[in-house]
Amino acid sequence: MTQTGTRFPAMLANLNMLLSRYGESMMWLARYMERIENLARLLEVTEAFVRNPDGSPGWDSILQINSDEERYAAIYPLPATEENILAFYITENANPTSIRAMAHMVRENARSARPLISTEMWMQLNVFTRSMMELSTSDIRRDGLSELCNRLKQDCQTHFGVTEGTLYRDQAWLFYLLGKYLERSDQITRLIDIRYHTLLPGGETPGSQIDITQWGSVLRSAAAYHAFRRLQPVTTTPANVVGFLLKNEGFPRSLMLNLRQVDNTLNALSTHYNLRHQCSPLQERIINLRATLEDQTAEDIISRGLHEYMIYIQDQLAALQAEVSATFWPAAPVMTREETLSPQ
Amino acid sequence: MNRPFLQSPSPASASASPASIAPASSASAKSAAGMFTAYDTPDFFCELMNRTDALSPPLQTVRDRLAELDLAELRHRTNTAEAQLYRLGITFTVYSDREAIDRILPFDMIPRVLTAAEWDHIDRGVQQRVKALNLFLRDIYHERHVLRDGIIPANLVLNNPNYCEAMVGVRIPGDVYVHINGTDLIRDRSGRFMVLEDNARTPSGVSYVIENRHMMLRLMPDLASGMPLRSVEEYGLRLHQTLCEVAPEGVSDPQVVLFSPGIYNSAYFEHVFLAREMGVPLVEGRDLIVENHRVYMRTVAGLRPVHSIYRRLNDEFLDPLAFNPNSMLGVPGLVEAYRRGNVTLANALGTGVADDKAVYAYMPRLIRYYLGEDPILDSVQTNICAEEEGLAYTLANMDKLVIKPVGESGGYGLLIGSQATQTELDEFRTKLLEDPSNYISQPVIDLSVSPTLCPSGVEARHVDLRPFALTGHNTWVLPGGLSRVALRKGSLVVNSSQGGGSKDTWVMAR
Repeated sequence: MTQTGTRFPAMLANLNMLLSRYGESMMWLARYMERIENLARLLEVTEAFVRNPDGSPGWDSILQINSDEERYAAIYPLPATEENILAFYITENANPTSIRAMAHMVRENARSARPLISTEMWMQLNVFTRSMMELSTSDIRRDGLSELCNRLKQDCQTHFGVTEGTLYRDQAWLFYLLGKYLERSDQITRLIDIRYHTLLPGGETPGSQIDITQWGSVLRSAAAYHAFRRLQPVTTTPANVVGFLLKNEGFPRSLMLNLRQVDNTLNALSTHYNLRHQCSPLQERIINLRATLEDQTAEDIISRGLHEYMIYIQDQLAALQAEVSATFWPAAPVMTREETLSPQ
Repeated sequence: MNRPFLQSPSPASASASPASIAPASSASAKSAAGMFTAYDTPDFFCELMNRTDALSPPLQTVRDRLAELDLAELRHRTNTAEAQLYRLGITFTVYSDREAIDRILPFDMIPRVLTAAEWDHIDRGVQQRVKALNLFLRDIYHERHVLRDGIIPANLVLNNPNYCEAMVGVRIPGDVYVHINGTDLIRDRSGRFMVLEDNARTPSGVSYVIENRHMMLRLMPDLASGMPLRSVEEYGLRLHQTLCEVAPEGVSDPQVVLFSPGIYNSAYFEHVFLAREMGVPLVEGRDLIVENHRVYMRTVAGLRPVHSIYRRLNDEFLDPLAFNPNSMLGVPGLVEAYRRGNVTLANALGTGVADDKAVYAYMPRLIRYYLGEDPILDSVQTNICAEEEGLAYTLANMDKLVIKPVGESGGYGLLIGSQATQTELDEFRTKLLEDPSNYISQPVIDLSVSPTLCPSGVEARHVDLRPFALTGHNTWVLPGGLSRVALRKGSLVVNSSQGGGSKDTWVMAR
C-alpha cells in the first residue's frame, strides 16, 4: 500500500474544509524542503566529482541545471568563482534559489500553515530555518561545505520523518505530498541533466572510465548507488543509470515512482474529498506524462535527446503546478465582487 | 493484561550482552542556602513573602517547596524553559525595535499564587464589570438612557474616537458586545485588588496563561504536586462554545473562524494557539469574501459559509468599505454583512468606547446605574483632564501622579511623575496643556511585588494580573490569568513591549 492509499473517514469530507491558502502553503512547504535537500546533494556532488577540463570543480554546471545563469550574472562577475557560487547558493538573499532564501520561504509557509502542522514539525522547522537564515560566509568555506551539505540533508530528512510521524492525514497532508512528489520529479530530471552539461565541452567517449565515475557520482548524489549496484552488479552503462533514475519502480527518487505518487495523491483528493471535478484535468495531464515515460526505453530517450526530454518533463510539471494553483487557490475570487465593491 | 512486547532475535552471531546502562548519578546534595535567603523583603505587598493576612496553607506550601530549591537549580530550570520557548518560537514583536522582529517573552519560574478567597472576589468582580460594560454598550448604541440621565457626559461617549456610528440601532445576538474581555488588576500596599483598566477590544495574552502552565508543569512538576491547582485547559473549548452561542439566529452548526492580520502580527503566535485550541481555521482577510452580504471562506473545494468570527484586528482594519479604505487586511463588505445580522463579530464593533481611559473614571457610577450594586472591585481614583477641575488638580500634583494618554495602550507615552526629571515634567506639562482632553491622571499605586529570578538573585518585582472573561449566554472567568512582571528593578510598567515578563498564575480551588 502506498502512503496515499490510507482509508479516509468519510466524515472528514464534511468536517475538513481546507482553506485554499493552507493548501498552497503546505504544497510549497514540502517543495522548498525537498528543494533544499536536493541543492545540498547537487553542491556536494559537484564539489566532489564534477570537474572542468582543467580538473577544477565544475561549478558552472549548477547554474545551468538550475537555470540561474542570468540571475547570477546580475549579482556577481563572470567567470564564476567557487567562492561566489557558494555565496550565491547559500547565503545570497537576492537569489531565490539560495539556501537562505528557501529557508525563509519554508519559514513563511510553515508560519502560515502553523495552525495545521504539528507542534513537533513547527519546532524542528523553527530551529532549522532560523539557523539557515543565520548562516554566514565563514560557515561555507570550502572545508565546511561537505559538512554543511550533510547537515542540510539530515535536517530535511528529519523534517520529512517528523511530518510522516505526526501530521494528521487529511487534505493538508495530501497537498503536502503533492508538493513533495512534484518537486522530487522535477529534481531528478535536473540531477540527470548534470551529465548533459558536463559532457558538452569534453565529449569523451561514452562508457569511458571518467564517464562511469561521473555516472556513479550522479547515483551517489541521489542516494541511489547501492540500490543500483544490487540491481546491476556488473555493468554500468549510461542507459542503465538513466533507466534506473527515470523508470525504476522501487527507487524513492525515480521519476516513475514520483509521478505515480502524484497520481495517487490526486486520486485520494478526488475520491476522499469529493474533488473529482477539480482533479480530473490534473490527473489527465499526469497520465499523459507517465505514458511518455512508459512507452520509451532509456535507450530511446537517450538517442532522441536526454536533455530535451528532461526539459519537456520540467515544462509539464510546471504546467501541472500552474493548473493546481488555478484550480485550488485561484488568484481572483471565484464569484464576482462587483456588488461588494460598489460604493455605498 | 497486556501482552509483553515482541523482541527481535539478536542479529549478531555472538550473544554478547550489551553494556549495562550506568545508573543515574544521585542528585547533587541541595545547598542549604535556599533561593529566598537573600530575598530583601520589600516595603510593598508581596504576593508570597510579605502579606498583611496570614499565609494560607497553599501559599505556605509553595513557599516551603521553593525554599528547598537553590538558585543554581532555579537558573538551570529557567534556561531549560528558555530553550523550549526558543524551539517553540513563542515570541512577540517589538515595534520600537526594528532589528528584533521576534523576541521571547521572558518567563519567570516562580509562580504567582491566588487563594480561593481572593479568586472568588476577582471572579465576581470581573463578572459584574463585564455585565455593566455590555449593558452600557447596548444602551449607548440604542436608547442612550445613560446620557439622558446625565450619568456620563454625552460628549465623552459620542465624540469618542472609538465610538462607532455604524453600530447605532444594530441588534446583535444576545446583546453581547464584549465576548472576550481582559481586566487589568493591580494590588495596592494593603493587598486590595483594583481595576487598572478594561480591555474590551481585542485583549491578548491568554495563550501565555496556558503555555506558561504547560511549561511550569513540565519543568517544576514537583512544585504543584498534590496542590488544589485549578486548570486553565478548558479555555479553548469555552471560547468555541461562546462563539457558537452568539452565532446568527437560525444557524444550527455555525462555522467559527479566527480572523488574524497574518504572520507578521505581533500576536500571531496567540492567534495560531487559539485557532488550534478551538479547532477552527485561522483566516486572513484574503481568505474571506462577502457575497450578497454573506461571508464565505475560500477553500480548496470552493466557497464555504462563515457564521462567527473571532477577529483579532482593530475595528478600523476590518473592512476597507466601512472604515480605513487603505486597509489591505480587511474584507470588503464585512461590516454590512455584520449589520444585517448574517455574521457575528467578536468582539462587536465599537467596544473601544467602553474601555476608554476616560470612560473608566465613570465605571463605578455605571455599575451602580445599570446593576444597582456597589462595585465589587475598586477602581483607581481618576482625574479627567478634559474637565477643568481634573486638569487643575493634575497640573498642581504632576510629581505625584501617573499621567496617561487616553488613546494609547501598551504603556506607551505615560508619565510617572515621581520618577521623572524636572525637564521631563516640564515637557509633559506642555503636551498636557496643548491637548488636555487626551489625558487622565491617577495617583501612583504601589503595585504588589512577587519574588522573581533576576541576574543577581531572587528579588522583588512588581506584578499585575489580567484575568480573561468569556461571555455568550453567561459570563465565565478563566481561573487563572496573565501575571505580568516588570523585570527592571523598581519599574511599575509591566507591558511586554517595555521589558516585562510573565509568570504562571495559580488559582487554588480551596
